[in-house]
Amino acid sequence: MSVAEQSIAGAEARGHGFLASSVGRKVIMAATGIVLFGFVTVHMIGNTQAYLGAEGFNGYAKFLHTMLHGAGIWIFRAVLISAAGLHVWAATTLTMDNLAARPVGYRAQQNVASTWASRTMRWSGVILAAFIVYHLLHLTTGTVHPNFDHTNPYANFVSGFKVPAVAGFYIVAQLCLGLHMWHGVWSFSQSLGLSHPRYDGLRRGFAYGLTFLVVGVNITYPIAVLTGFIH
Amino acid sequence: MAKHFNLTLHVWRQKNAKCDGKFVEYPAENISPDMSFLEMLDVVNEGLIRKGEEPIAFDHDCREGICGTCGMVVNGRPHGPKERTTTCQLHMRSFKDGDNITLEPWRAEAFPVLKDLMVDRGAFDRIIAAGGFISAPTGSPQDANALPIPKENADLAMDAAACIGCAACVAACPNASAMLFVSAKISQLALLPQGQPERYLRVRDMIAQMDAEEFGTCTNHGECETACPKGIKMENIARMNRDFIKASLTYRPATIGGGAG
Repeated sequence: MSVAEQSIAGAEARGHGFLASSVGRKVIMAATGIVLFGFVTVHMIGNTQAYLGAEGFNGYAKFLHTMLHGAGIWIFRAVLISAAGLHVWAATTLTMDNLAARPVGYRAQQNVASTWASRTMRWSGVILAAFIVYHLLHLTTGTVHPNFDHTNPYANFVSGFKVPAVAGFYIVAQLCLGLHMWHGVWSFSQSLGLSHPRYDGLRRGFAYGLTFLVVGVNITYPIAVLTGFIH
Repeated sequence: MAKHFNLTLHVWRQKNAKCDGKFVEYPAENISPDMSFLEMLDVVNEGLIRKGEEPIAFDHDCREGICGTCGMVVNGRPHGPKERTTTCQLHMRSFKDGDNITLEPWRAEAFPVLKDLMVDRGAFDRIIAAGGFISAPTGSPQDANALPIPKENADLAMDAAACIGCAACVAACPNASAMLFVSAKISQLALLPQGQPERYLRVRDMIAQMDAEEFGTCTNHGECETACPKGIKMENIARMNRDFIKASLTYRPATIGGGAG
């Protein structure tokens, strides 16, 4: 039975704050989601330089490490880690609330409007979180990379993807990213209150377009290495 | 006259809020396709009463689709398979001979099952009491044209006001979120001049009460919109979120000397 039974929360509950409220955490979820989707889009565009060869790619890596006298990359990292942390925190607490909101489920439940992507957000999210940790250990710190060379990101990228299991995991992670973006990119506009018949149709189109673009291009990298197109 | 047919019902039976419940199978025989779904249950209940068994308890009142009292999950869909239809307006012609029908109550922590298919929707009343009203001085009515209202806003407010509070949105939502209901009740006032003075206080109060009632949160599945017998749109949830963001950004704590001059 609910805690609030027979009581009006009123003024005290009103003070329970933005971050404690359901809608407030949805807004945090959406705002950090925009940062993270923005990042994967820029990351995808930057990595297209892998097709320019070792010089172009390593030059891009050097630019990232030296911009704003080396402070730039740390500013980016700080923003991304904060966004990811808040995103995971909001997702975890909201998911717990949602599970608690229906302790007894239905014997027969028909899903009519929801999509497979929307129903698997928490799973695609968990896989993505695990992938991000692996990806950082693999190509940023080199901890799990067998022949990592701090001075040659291009060689790390090529030798890393030459291992079929690694390339396979990257592709699976990209498909999860696709599922997450398919629902998430549309969903954040709704959570932030951006809805109007004049552009509601565009929200879906934008989500699907961005998903195909980011995931489509990202998947070409491991495939290009495996097939020897990038070597 | 259309041919009568037979069905098998699998009904959630629960003696009271404290007992555990279970599914019980009942035959529904000689059902006319012209009966409403509730009339079919009435027929089954008469049979149960004649046999000396406890009839199936379900909520119902107007039986013309406007009061929002009736409601049960029919084969996994709130109010059954037909869109924009309450359970009382669902007719047996939507089913065919030999069908199995599973009947369950709305499932949400905020809606304790009282008996069988009846749930306590008092949480909705408390959300309304927390702010779903306007404080207007009463007196003689104003001239109709004293408060100009754009036609579009009047229409959107009317669409939101079509909500009958049946809670099918909560029942359909995989997260048992009440946001479609709450946003409709916020929107119907937020779109009209009479709702403006308390607009941003209302959104905070109603959301606070919604959270206190332990409803889930919206993940934009869209199941609510499909299940709603009155066609309430998810656009209302976006409006509620928008108002909540604005309210959170501009809220001033009450001061003791406020307005003293």
